[in-house]
Amino acid sequence: METKGIINIDGINVPIENEKNVLELIRKADIELPTFCYHSHLSTYGACRLCVSDIDGMGIQATCSVPPRDGMVVKTNTAEVRQIRKVNLELLLANHDVSCPSCSRSNNCKLQDLTRRLGVTKVRFKKTDKVEPIDNKSWSIVHDPNKCVLCGDCVRACKEIQSVGAIEFVNRGAKTTVAPAFLKSLADVECVYCGQCVAVCPVGALTPKPETEEVWKAINDPDKYVVAQLAPAVRVALGEGFGMEAGSATTGQIVAALKRLGFDQVYDTSFAADLTVLEEATEFIQRKLKGENLPQFTSCCPSWVKFAEQYYPELLPNLSSCKSPQQMFGSVARETLPKLLGIKPEQLVIVSIMPCTAKKFEAKREEFIHEGVAEVDHVLTTEGLGRMIHETGLQFRKLTPESFDLPLGFKTGAGVIFGNTGGVSEAVLRFAYEKITGEKLAANDFKMVRGMDGIRSAELEIGSIKLKLAVAHSLSNARILCEKIVAGESDYDLIEVMACPGGCIAGGGQPISFEPDFREKRAQSLYNVDKQLQLHKSQENPYVKELYQMILGEVGGHKAHELLHTHYHGRKRITEQLLTIRDTEHPKIEVCVCVGTNCFLKGSQELLKKLMQYVTENKLEDIVGFEGQEEMVDVKATFCFERCDRGPVLRVNQHVIEHASFEKAKKVLDQEIARIGALMNA
Amino acid sequence: MNTVNTQTNNKVRQFQQVLEIIEKHNYDKTRLITILQQVQHEYRYLPQEVLTYVATALNMPVAEVYGVATFYAHFSLEAKGKYVIKVCDGTACHVKGSSKLLDTLRGKLRLSEQKHTTDDMLFTIEAVSCLGACGLAPVMVINEKVYGEVNTKKCNAILEEILAGETAAAVDENSL
Repeated sequence: METKGIINIDGINVPIENEKNVLELIRKADIELPTFCYHSHLSTYGACRLCVSDIDGMGIQATCSVPPRDGMVVKTNTAEVRQIRKVNLELLLANHDVSCPSCSRSNNCKLQDLTRRLGVTKVRFKKTDKVEPIDNKSWSIVHDPNKCVLCGDCVRACKEIQSVGAIEFVNRGAKTTVAPAFLKSLADVECVYCGQCVAVCPVGALTPKPETEEVWKAINDPDKYVVAQLAPAVRVALGEGFGMEAGSATTGQIVAALKRLGFDQVYDTSFAADLTVLEEATEFIQRKLKGENLPQFTSCCPSWVKFAEQYYPELLPNLSSCKSPQQMFGSVARETLPKLLGIKPEQLVIVSIMPCTAKKFEAKREEFIHEGVAEVDHVLTTEGLGRMIHETGLQFRKLTPESFDLPLGFKTGAGVIFGNTGGVSEAVLRFAYEKITGEKLAANDFKMVRGMDGIRSAELEIGSIKLKLAVAHSLSNARILCEKIVAGESDYDLIEVMACPGGCIAGGGQPISFEPDFREKRAQSLYNVDKQLQLHKSQENPYVKELYQMILGEVGGHKAHELLHTHYHGRKRITEQLLTIRDTEHPKIEVCVCVGTNCFLKGSQELLKKLMQYVTENKLEDIVGFEGQEEMVDVKATFCFERCDRGPVLRVNQHVIEHASFEKAKKVLDQEIARIGALMNA
Repeated sequence: MNTVNTQTNNKVRQFQQVLEIIEKHNYDKTRLITILQQVQHEYRYLPQEVLTYVATALNMPVAEVYGVATFYAHFSLEAKGKYVIKVCDGTACHVKGSSKLLDTLRGKLRLSEQKHTTDDMLFTIEAVSCLGACGLAPVMVINEKVYGEVNTKKCNAILEEILAGETAAAVDENSL
């Protein structure tokens, strides 16, 4: 072991290795100093002042912000620092609504925990009485600013992990809050609903939107037949909400619990993941052979899909057209279950149990709602299911394991590892190898795509085909790859993207864990589940084969496309923003130019300039033949027409012009002026 | 000859300025504060949509631009009047009767502690802390011009002068 010196913490010598700061050394010495704002994978912020300690020669310091030096002497437990921590905590409590008993983070709240640990029994400061509105509008995340401790973890997670930056500190001093731009709702901005803000929130300020009441209502309705689909990552995390170790696989207990809650059938999303593998790999092989739309991106992660729609519309043709396993399950269930179970279609209620907050949003996408019927009715997060189990008093750990129902509950290991970063790629490779070579795959594991590095790439030869693939988790890493592709500097064939670091196992709907290695533990557990199953390749799933024979026909065929594939569209990042540039008293013509990022990059600013100039400086009466027409044209700028792939886009009255140039726009504008002019002259 | 409404083209000119400001600063996000200052100089405040435009042009999240704009007291997200009257309410001015001055102004312009800007968008009244001219207390600043030792009489005269100027300008415009 190479040490870079020694630091003395409360009388104990601790060797310095690669620790970034004194706080990490203190924790290495098994002292769990409290923090709100410190996460090793985010930048250091130093705001909560709870990790303060007395450093010889430096005085009281926030240890998260001090780099270690040989010979330092640190005291973490003097009367003075204990007092400072307590006062800081009291100040936070004075600004907090302290509605603990009714808070969904009760019992897993750092503020509650530290108040107890530090022995704060009384808050001496006057309560602030301002009540701020709760943002409940999005499908995925509830934001209650009254519970916020302003640690900024969510702000940094959104910016640093996802490179989205949907939320930010707003205002200053006592008025500071965390909010989206212009205090809008998360539903109206670029939030991708990944829930990484939820996963780092130490309190109950950001929580998954609950849907438990809707699910209870369906279960309690005797006319309804309620089926569940269970995502792979849920089975290695739910146990943590019942005091079990990170990564405990509790598949059988979860199935038993769902049955006891009153679900009529319990199926496995991994079955649909097997379907996804067949469809997505077939699509990929076709694209690879034709050399079309490469690299192919995976499309299982709804946060990634929304991210691509907002930031990289030009890459949307590269996304696999496959629906995510959640939605594939929904459409297959709607198509097959009523007949199979002998029920009316309208009786069927489909509930997903997902590790993910974005899946709630995905289920509500218009592409997945047909004639008013959603493919998936309700999405429960892992923690939401945990709360339902707690509510009933079921002793989860004592439940006798049960098995999934057939046929949609049968899966191979390939469908299970989908919950890990690299899992989708590995599952696709297990299929593609056999499909391309016609040979049986000897070893199932493709370890080169496993691991926790943010971007991993692998090159391999399958038969005569050379493949280059990349796996990215966290959207900031996906962005790096996207930028390379847009710049033409990438020759990847296949890119897997999952928004959450580690993949779905660390999704925003999972039980909150502050253990340093909970991701690795959950991921390993999913690989173990794969190992314990008899089948490891999606193409071997007998019920998937049967489904193709009976209903879907060919892989990638017409019926399969109808049920299992979808499409994407450019998406605005902010709603209700219209910039009025020229505002006349009696407008007859409205010119509206898109200045969203994509159109902006394609030159809409220049277009706007020329149009403004044309409208302002030219004697438009030459066209119309009467005076005063300058007063009839309004010019506006909009932030996205959601036609980003055809930018720059503008609109002259009802005429939308795609791939617009000034000449094109001028022609339509002149026509409109002439038309209106003729009308007015008549 | 029927000329285009000045206000209509004024708006266009303001936005053209915004484009020039952003270009002049080379679309550099590290110059955000300077850019916002100059944009505010154009509009006398920071309209939401313009902030969104600046964020897009600088390729940064709108929330971040909004965060900066709300952090500094210098920036205003509310429209201000053509004449911004800053009345000093620092200690010296307070002692010399700045409260009375504020009351007089507010009474005359039908404004209050909650309502800062007149409906015709001509005047905004702001109570500010020390302007650093305590020797002239009570002090008020209208746009860039400093007025010292302002009493009720002087205050009325200043307002009258501004209003007279405005009326004259309006007459000029109509007679064109």
